[in-house]
Amino acid sequence: MSYIIQGETGDWEVIIGLEVHAQILSESKLFSGSKVSFGAEPNTHVSLVDAAMPGMLPVINNYCVEQAVRTGLGLNAKINLTSVFDRKNYFYADLPQGYQISQLYHPIVGEGTVILDLEDGSTRKVGVERLHIEQDAGKSMHDQDPKRSFIDLNRSGTGLMEIVSRPDLRSPEDVGAYLRKLRSILRYLGTCDGNMDQGSLRCDVNISVRRVGEAELRNRAEVKNVNSVRFAMQAVEIEARRQVEVYEDGGEVVQETRLFDSVKGETRSMRSKEFAHDYRYFPDPDLLPLELSQEYVDNIKATLPELPDVRKDRYMTSFGLSSYDAGVLVAERDTARYFEELVKGQDPKLAANWIISNLFAVLKERGVGIAESPISAESLSKLLDLLKNNIISSRIAKDVFEIMVKEGKEADVIVEEKGLKQITDAGAIEAAVNKVIANSPQQV
Amino acid sequence: MIDLTNNTISSARDGLKSGDFTAVELVNEHLRKMEKLSFLNAFITETPDIALRRAEESDARRASGNALGSMDGIPIAVKDLFCTKGTLTTAGSHILDDFVPTYESTVSANLHNSGALMLGKTNLDEFAMGSANITSYFGNVINPWKCEDDKDLVPGGSSGGSAAVVAGRMALGATGTDTGGSIRQPASFTGIVGLKPTYGRCSRWGIIAFASSLDQAGPMTRTVRDAAIMLGAMAGHDVKDSTSAPVKVPDFEAALNGDIKELKVGIPREYRVEGMSSEIESLWEEGIAMMKSAGAKIIDVSLPNTQHALPTYYIIAPAEASANLARYDGVRYGLRIEGDSLDHMYANTRGEGFGVEVQRRVLIGTYVLSAGYYDAYYRKAQRVRRLISEDFTNAFKSVDLLLTPTAPSAAFAIGEKLDDPITMYQNDVFTVPSSLAGMPAISLPGGVNTRGLPLGLQLIGRPFDEETLLRGAEVLETAVNFDVLPDMAS
Amino acid sequence: MSLDRETVRNIANLARINVAKDNLDHLAKELSSILEWVEQLNGVDTNGVEPLASVIDMKLPLRKDEVTDGDCRDKVLENGPEIEDGYFAVPKVIE
Ligand SMILES: [Mg+2]
Ligand SMILES: [Zn+2]
Repeated sequence: MSYIIQGETGDWEVIIGLEVHAQILSESKLFSGSKVSFGAEPNTHVSLVDAAMPGMLPVINNYCVEQAVRTGLGLNAKINLTSVFDRKNYFYADLPQGYQISQLYHPIVGEGTVILDLEDGSTRKVGVERLHIEQDAGKSMHDQDPKRSFIDLNRSGTGLMEIVSRPDLRSPEDVGAYLRKLRSILRYLGTCDGNMDQGSLRCDVNISVRRVGEAELRNRAEVKNVNSVRFAMQAVEIEARRQVEVYEDGGEVVQETRLFDSVKGETRSMRSKEFAHDYRYFPDPDLLPLELSQEYVDNIKATLPELPDVRKDRYMTSFGLSSYDAGVLVAERDTARYFEELVKGQDPKLAANWIISNLFAVLKERGVGIAESPISAESLSKLLDLLKNNIISSRIAKDVFEIMVKEGKEADVIVEEKGLKQITDAGAIEAAVNKVIANSPQQV
Repeated sequence: MIDLTNNTISSARDGLKSGDFTAVELVNEHLRKMEKLSFLNAFITETPDIALRRAEESDARRASGNALGSMDGIPIAVKDLFCTKGTLTTAGSHILDDFVPTYESTVSANLHNSGALMLGKTNLDEFAMGSANITSYFGNVINPWKCEDDKDLVPGGSSGGSAAVVAGRMALGATGTDTGGSIRQPASFTGIVGLKPTYGRCSRWGIIAFASSLDQAGPMTRTVRDAAIMLGAMAGHDVKDSTSAPVKVPDFEAALNGDIKELKVGIPREYRVEGMSSEIESLWEEGIAMMKSAGAKIIDVSLPNTQHALPTYYIIAPAEASANLARYDGVRYGLRIEGDSLDHMYANTRGEGFGVEVQRRVLIGTYVLSAGYYDAYYRKAQRVRRLISEDFTNAFKSVDLLLTPTAPSAAFAIGEKLDDPITMYQNDVFTVPSSLAGMPAISLPGGVNTRGLPLGLQLIGRPFDEETLLRGAEVLETAVNFDVLPDMAS
Repeated sequence: MSLDRETVRNIANLARINVAKDNLDHLAKELSSILEWVEQLNGVDTNGVEPLASVIDMKLPLRKDEVTDGDCRDKVLENGPEIEDGYFAVPKVIE
């Protein structure tokens, strides 16, 4: 199912590559001992190093390195035992050093893969070109004053992993699947919290279009400021259509940086980037090459959790789940954990169904994650027990489920209180009656 | 009354120890000398209050039997490139002319902790870029030495203020920094001892960066022994500097045993550059003869890539500087010249805040790193740097030290060598190669020329073997027996 | 490499240094002479020679992931040319 834009002069396909900046989960910053924070008072979690005071020097955080290696391994990527930090030079108000310490020529992680789980249950491999470690910049606030921008350096120096995909994505759906999968892997690994709304996962989308059948790539636009999966998908749609229109009107798409405006539903050229950049990368003389041993890498590898792809395979082979269901269940670690608790003693397909069709609806309605589910796996399991033992019908089970959500009571209590048992055979009724009598002897 | 400013660090140490004088007396006499020679413009900031307060503390420590060591009570000056907490730190630049750090550099903190007293911050070439101390925003420094024609001479650079202070007897020692010769060349021009330690020996933390892969702090003193004592107080592993070597600081003074028998001293033939003046040539010959008669074996060696060192340096140092100086942007500290956009504010601030030489080097550095030129200039220079470094490694397979002149001439008059930048750059022809290789090197007075101006000899040692370097230097110092003083120092 | 006015203007723009128009020619000449001088390195055979970035023979030291710094807003802002509500203020940037 390919994504084709039908223009006036023919069909166009879209070529997309993503650069994802994932904030490394760590206590302190990449090159300084100040705290990694979100939403603190401005300039409170800033050291003299983060503020680039004269004479300050970087010292690298070993945990950030470990996190990057862990992520690389999670992407089935090659870990480069020697990597080098470069200075990327440019001036900006929230970049105190006047350069960002990054890794251009020798990144810590080389080629890897992300497997997309698509809507129709199919999967597709997308290449990861590289992952490198770099510093985050501070934040500029532009709308507080008519004449000034305000600079907060709390984020300055926080460790980032920049994960660059190959231009293997072809549709908004691909983009959504890639981002969701990457986020899932990062969360499984515990290397990034993946919160796009807090900016701990940000993405730049490189988009170009070409006529179907064309082999060469055309000029691409890099769309920035895309801070949700939905926006990334929208940005592709909007920008690809814009490019097609430019070409069909006889124009040329220029290679440039564009800003995504989710309110206006458009992308526009970034004024602050209008001058061609020349980043003048060179190895940072304040740091030495980062050398890792194979043993170090192997030790990290030994501690990797079961990742979503492996887990998905296991759910399909040992539980007989469909690719789609398995993919949905493993996407979030908490969902998988819930499922694995629920599936003990239950039919896997039934358990999967209940989570995906019933529980998810409730969670969505309440706007909470599965970890905050109003119904625990244990409670849901009890409900499924009643269903399994034919004490209630599946229609009644859904009613009981609703009541469980509303009243927070256990399934058997509700069934008892509301008299919802279905009468199927005399023996069962007798047994149930006896059980009730046995449990409340004083009432007799 | 004996002039206390005629002391060396080691004699002052002994005098303080035996109670011949107090640290307060020592400081007061130096403060008087600073006042007398203030026209040399050697200090950007004088800190008499700090020095006196700390001298009182030192005397009190000593009185209670808690003196800290060799540097306790010793008045020193600090190059204004070292950040000093609560004291103006300018790097000799307009762009930092109101910058008061909230932190203390590791080296100046180490000195402080050893009991040394800071008399003030010394003048320097702007951001340590220069060889004559004429690029400072705070005006040029005048060399205490004069010759018959009475013209004012440059003290060398970039640590020109520190050199003038030590030569003029305004402090017993001073810190310098050396990127391509900035300690050794001014030491040579002012008849004092200047030591550039091995790269990694002294922490760079809190020193305003010029070229990070080359910058090293070191002592500027009157004697080799003083250099050994002061280096001991400055050096040490610092976890805040990723290029600080995790090695122990030996007792450098203990290495001065006066014995260089069997020591192999290499004479690199490529340093006999075309057009070398006869006074430098004979200075060198005399130095060789002295080392020989002290028992050293003199060995002819080759450092074939020597001639490539200066151009290599003038690619690498400006490139690193162009990035190191990007932080001076008018946003968080220092000068700001307003503009109608952020970029205009940057350009106005840096256009006005940086002097001509700094701008020149930042522009060269920007160019050699720019797209399309990086390989041709910067990477090429890094390759040649390896060749230069290997030259030294090879030479040190057969010798223990190298002996060369420090500079191609004696101090010159202010206003000379300004025809074009490259003429000025040639000052560092003998000091730059060892900087590129990270080797420790020392300059000590080798004699005076016919005009009565001091000339320096340079010894270069193996990485982290400052002990042999100092040992050799002390023997040479004894042989030279340099006892001339600039008139105004007494 | 001989630099022209335009190139010098571009480099100065990259380096964010305001250079007066009437100084461009002089600067172009001066920078060109320095570049021509350093270009003597072109004659050095560096085939197979790896670039040397650092002379120090040690491994990159790594520190523990601990909060040991920061929480010093006064120090960070102390030398700021323009501070407002705990922020550094700069001329407005239009993205
Ligand atoms: Mg990008
Ligand atoms: Zn990046």
